[in-house]
Amino acid sequence: MKTARVAYKGRIYEAVEKDGKLQLNDHRLISMDEVVWLPPVIPRTIFALGLNYADHAQELDFNAPSEPLVFLKGPNTLIGHQGQTKRPKDVDFMHYECELVVVIGKVARNVTSEEAYQYVKGYTIANDYAIRDYLENYYRPNLRVKNRDTCTPIGPWLVDAEDIKDPMNLTLRTYVNGELTQEGSTSQMIFSIPFLIEYLSSFMTLSPGDMILTGTPKGAVNTKIGDEVITEIEGIGRLLSTIVEDDG
Amino acid sequence: MKKIKYKLLGRQQLQEFNMEDHDPLQKNNTPPFDVPVTGMVYGALLNYKGEVEAISDALHQEPYKAPPKAPILYIKPENTKIAHKMPIPLPANVTELQVGAALGIVIGRTASKVSIEEAFDYIDGYTIVNDISIPHESIYRPAISQKARDGFCPVGPYIVEKHSSIQPDRLKIQVFINNELCQENSTANLIRPVAQLLSEMTSFMTLDPGDVVLVGVPENPPLVKAGDHIRIEIEQIGVLENQVVREEELRLGVSP
Repeated sequence: MKTARVAYKGRIYEAVEKDGKLQLNDHRLISMDEVVWLPPVIPRTIFALGLNYADHAQELDFNAPSEPLVFLKGPNTLIGHQGQTKRPKDVDFMHYECELVVVIGKVARNVTSEEAYQYVKGYTIANDYAIRDYLENYYRPNLRVKNRDTCTPIGPWLVDAEDIKDPMNLTLRTYVNGELTQEGSTSQMIFSIPFLIEYLSSFMTLSPGDMILTGTPKGAVNTKIGDEVITEIEGIGRLLSTIVEDDG
Repeated sequence: MKKIKYKLLGRQQLQEFNMEDHDPLQKNNTPPFDVPVTGMVYGALLNYKGEVEAISDALHQEPYKAPPKAPILYIKPENTKIAHKMPIPLPANVTELQVGAALGIVIGRTASKVSIEEAFDYIDGYTIVNDISIPHESIYRPAISQKARDGFCPVGPYIVEKHSSIQPDRLKIQVFINNELCQENSTANLIRPVAQLLSEMTSFMTLDPGDVVLVGVPENPPLVKAGDHIRIEIEQIGVLENQVVREEELRLGVSP
């Protein structure tokens, strides 16, 4: 099953996909273009991975890490499908990152990689934008690069874990204004989903609503104001965001 | 007059009263406190002058190469928060923890792109936070496994409401380990004072009511081991106390 959170006529609903339409939790069937899409999961702790695909690490001139490079994000950074992501006026390089997101469904502590999938509720897609101009070598990548308002589109759907046979073999693609600019496979992750759950739960407790953004493959290119960016993952969906000028 | 807000364990809402009437900590039969804040906990790194001076040579070398330009921030996630007097778990393969005595700014209104002049309008009050870390030299990468462990963020015991008599950039901070004074500093030594820190943070990220911003951790943080009792005192804000207890002794089914 695919679940979304949407705003419709002044109220927030949970909705499921039915015959190409959205069925709200009050059973009304409506068109998908009548709603505002919200992040499909109300977040608790948001983990993200840096350099988790060898080809992306190489592209950025880094050796593949020997331990997962994990950083945290706040809820301010999330926006839903079809949202607008703000690009500061004075920056030279802002790139997208198509990422498979693992949503935790059960309390997890000291879980082995063999058991790890039992703790997964489902999957969604994130586009973890980064502004490279703001990279500094302290707690890198720091919050100014990776925890900006609107810079992590997520959704549209939370897809139940049981519907994804092998999350470690899914094709990821990014399109900028319709043109394919990034393509990879989750099979190329350095640290797999079961490994990451084992790793994180070895030193801290994971809880329902926690999310792990598992990193992005090669192919990160600069985006400019007005660009329409689609990050797509096989079996999970297509997530659209538009880059707008930060004029606040 | 000082107004405080606190949450007792098992109560769903904050309670408040005037400190002049009585101090809840002085009552013998006070039920245990719970964590008084509900939102995200963000902290600033390298925000004490002495902390930056102590590593000033390293800041120009590999891997840092240059001193920081913008605030260096981190997140203490939800699993780390514990209340006043609750035990801090010492992980099995770790012998010492580092105490991070921090003034916590509690946000009262949604804050985005706030100017320095207006920053205080967005503050609800102040609390004490102990940003516990496993000691680590390098701050090149996010220190998640050193800072994000269960119980590594004691908060409380209560929120002292903002008042003109409290100047958050001039507060004395003291850390006592087993009743011995081990660290003393003042928020007067912040590189980015409170209003400037809030202004620079909210230039790119929105803070919500209930979120807490740690203004920084002073240089020479004390180290603690199993059994040590930590008391952080911040002038006008209160006293936060916790004891370090081996993680295996805290597991369910094992009596302390």
